[in-house]
Amino acid sequence: MSEDVTLSNISMDFGKFRAVDKVDITIKAGEFFSFLGPSGCGKTTILRLISGFMDPTQGKVLIGGKDMTGTRPNERPTALIFQNLALFPLMPIWENIAFGLEVRGVDKATRRAKAEELLKLVDLHESADKKVSQLSGGQKQRVAIARALAVEPKVMLLDEPLSALDLKLRQHMRAELRAIQKRTGVTFIYITHDQGEALAMSDRVGVMSQGVLQQVATPNEIYNQPSNGFVASFVGENNIFDGKIKSIKAGEATYDTSVGSFAAKIGPGVTKDTPVRLYVRPEHCTLTKAAAKSGNSIPVEVTESAFEGNFINVFLKDNAGQTHMAQVQNDPTAPPPQRGAKVQMNFDADHGVLLAHAKTRS
Amino acid sequence: MSELIRRYGSSLTWIIIAFTAFWLLVLVLIPNFVLFEFSFKPYLPVDQLGGPKDFYSLNNYWTFFNSPIHIRIFFQTVLYSSAVTLLCLILSYPLAYFLAKIVDAKTAPSIFLLLIIPLWVSEILRSFAWFIILAFNGPLNAMLQGIGLEPVRWISGFNAVIIGLIYSYLLFMLLPIYNAISSLDTNQIEASEDLGASLWRTHWRVVIPHSKPGIASGCVMVFMLCAGSVIVPSTLASPSSRWFTEIIQQWMFEGLDWNTGAAYAFLLLTLCIIFVSLVMRLLNVRLVDIAK
Amino acid sequence: MNSHRFGYYAIRFYVILFLAFMLLPLIVMGGAAFNDTRFPSIYPWFGFTTHWFQELWADNRMWGAARNTVFVAIAVVALSVPIGTAGAILLNSLQARSRSIIYGIMVAPILTPGAVIGISTLLFWYKFNVPAGLHLSVLGQVSYIAAYVMLLVLARLQSFDAGLEEAALDLGASHAQVMRRILLPHLYPAIFAGALIGFFQSAENFNVTLFTRGNSDTLTVYVGSKIRSGITPTINALAFLLIAATVIGVIIYEFRRRRADAMAKLAED
Repeated sequence: MSEDVTLSNISMDFGKFRAVDKVDITIKAGEFFSFLGPSGCGKTTILRLISGFMDPTQGKVLIGGKDMTGTRPNERPTALIFQNLALFPLMPIWENIAFGLEVRGVDKATRRAKAEELLKLVDLHESADKKVSQLSGGQKQRVAIARALAVEPKVMLLDEPLSALDLKLRQHMRAELRAIQKRTGVTFIYITHDQGEALAMSDRVGVMSQGVLQQVATPNEIYNQPSNGFVASFVGENNIFDGKIKSIKAGEATYDTSVGSFAAKIGPGVTKDTPVRLYVRPEHCTLTKAAAKSGNSIPVEVTESAFEGNFINVFLKDNAGQTHMAQVQNDPTAPPPQRGAKVQMNFDADHGVLLAHAKTRS
Repeated sequence: MSELIRRYGSSLTWIIIAFTAFWLLVLVLIPNFVLFEFSFKPYLPVDQLGGPKDFYSLNNYWTFFNSPIHIRIFFQTVLYSSAVTLLCLILSYPLAYFLAKIVDAKTAPSIFLLLIIPLWVSEILRSFAWFIILAFNGPLNAMLQGIGLEPVRWISGFNAVIIGLIYSYLLFMLLPIYNAISSLDTNQIEASEDLGASLWRTHWRVVIPHSKPGIASGCVMVFMLCAGSVIVPSTLASPSSRWFTEIIQQWMFEGLDWNTGAAYAFLLLTLCIIFVSLVMRLLNVRLVDIAK
Repeated sequence: MNSHRFGYYAIRFYVILFLAFMLLPLIVMGGAAFNDTRFPSIYPWFGFTTHWFQELWADNRMWGAARNTVFVAIAVVALSVPIGTAGAILLNSLQARSRSIIYGIMVAPILTPGAVIGISTLLFWYKFNVPAGLHLSVLGQVSYIAAYVMLLVLARLQSFDAGLEEAALDLGASHAQVMRRILLPHLYPAIFAGALIGFFQSAENFNVTLFTRGNSDTLTVYVGSKIRSGITPTINALAFLLIAATVIGVIIYEFRRRRADAMAKLAED
């Protein structure tokens, strides 16, 4: 039904430019795995290496334990869903879906039946004879998925397929993709720059920057225990302080900055001499009139607040002129401080974490 | 029309219409109608024009249909023009695909520049070049003899004409097909391959259907240029390989019988119209797709 | 893997063959201009000479033909550009049905053999007692070269935002000003390309000119009659000059393109 995918220490060079640097990971059979990163981080290259449109400069791609070096895309047990979907505009919907079967020499009646069955699976009854141009964005999406499923791939590769859809539809399709993946049990490898997509759908996420895999973990761990500064600031919002570690005692460090000294956790691999920054999530910051008795607290001034519905983002400026943000619940009985108010921003030592900078190309 | 007046005012509109009308009526439609009319009139000395002998008839066309030689030449022209068209298509398609989809974007323009050099050197010199190469005592035979082969009498039958026509008009096939394939989203090719299609089937099901307008355009142009070619046959033909345009020239210049010449020219035009319609029907494309 | 590799080399080998097929004939033809023999060939080689260039230089008929070619080409461009541009603007404002009919008539001359265009032009003006001559060659050539201009301008018009015209009118511009300051500047690249293509199409035309020229010569007709009446390598000398001019043009163009690419790359970094 599905196969695992191993990227065995792969690198990919384009001339002098190294797009992927020593990525080494095994994606489990039946897993929904996302590569998350900004554009140009090498995630699309990884997808093309797995699908076979390129061979890595170094390292190997293994699918189900078999070395795929030199195996052409049409011989690999993968199916790719392109960013622009790449539906064939000159074929009706059902021929699009059955194309993979056609090239395998399946007879027309069987192809038609299989196409109808898949159309039902993706909730597109009675569209078999329509043209591609007659479908809406979300419908095209589903046809692309059906077309890829038709060849019964062991591994499905998805290249930001939701990026062309509007917000509402995108959220709906997330749930649908997840459901299809669970129903079919196929290994899904998903590429996106949208953290919301990656966190909502995946079993595990691999965060990438500049060709280097920064962290591989569950969505929960990625958000709550980022392994370095890049992951922390790319996934979700963070208040960042620049400074230097003064001392480390029992997993907790004292961190000196220009606006004061903080107590904070230390991130993975951080020692006293590691260059680090302090990261604090806005939802872990509280605002009070007076300094809190325990934990960290610095004086700030409110510069702006943005009403987001269920919560309010309050923008703040510390004494060094650095901007921060605190996220407070919308409570009509306790309105947030107004612009210009001088308040204290507080956070627990548990919620501040000292993280090293991103891993870079070796 | 009212849209033009709204956008550009009435005086500019009239200028635009006048230019277009001059072109379409005076340069295109009426001359062709005159050609048509001329072809039904007899060839008469000036003093008999308007006289009792000056009436419409099909006699000029009967001249053609009663001449087995002319009919044979006509069909040979059709046959060999079709063959050249097909050969150009077969030769151009792989290169067009290579230039559009395989070679990197930096090299393609350089190859194109080299390819179109012959296009800047006029058609007549292009066939003249082959006249030199294919001469019995020419460089090609010298080369054949150099590697121990017998010299070939190239300029006999239709050999040289076919080579010359291919050389002269190959690019008119290459360019439209290249344009058509370039406009195909590369993801489509990759999607097909990813779904398991062989190279051959990807071309048959995805690339060729997409490039049909370009193929149609190339075929129509090359056929028309071949069937209407005057230079290549007159440079490279042998006595046994005559071309229909040569008969037209004979009527026009040697016979000075412009009426029969008009009838033959009209037959050539009809042939081209039939070919265009045939290609449009066969490949299921519209005229808008062909002329780009 | 192996068949894939094989395909990789096969297609490259094919490209080289194709290029050789397109370019070797030109080298043979150009080379024969320097061979000291009456019959143009590069084999056998009788020794290097520039005699044929001197003979070409002294050929008054060739000079007259060259002058005619340039005059005809300029006249063709002068007529085709406004006609083709007007045709494209008119076509662009028409609705579906009439549009496709007019479009069909406009592109028909491109798909018509030159001999037919030449003869029909000759006969049409003969009716009005206009004798054959290069003026008819000009009109015959315009009938299809205007269509090339029309297609180029029409393609360019697709990317024109008619809202700009309305904005200009709204700001108080006259219709003539809208045409001159808004629409035509947008079309200039296509018009310029059309003029260039028109010039070279006219210069290389043989078929239309042959039937309409009367007793005048253009370069192509001159070469044609030379080939029929007895060839000397002066034709090769002429061909060599044309090829040399083209190659120099190509080199300059390629050089400028590469430099522009390099500049663009620098600007990116």
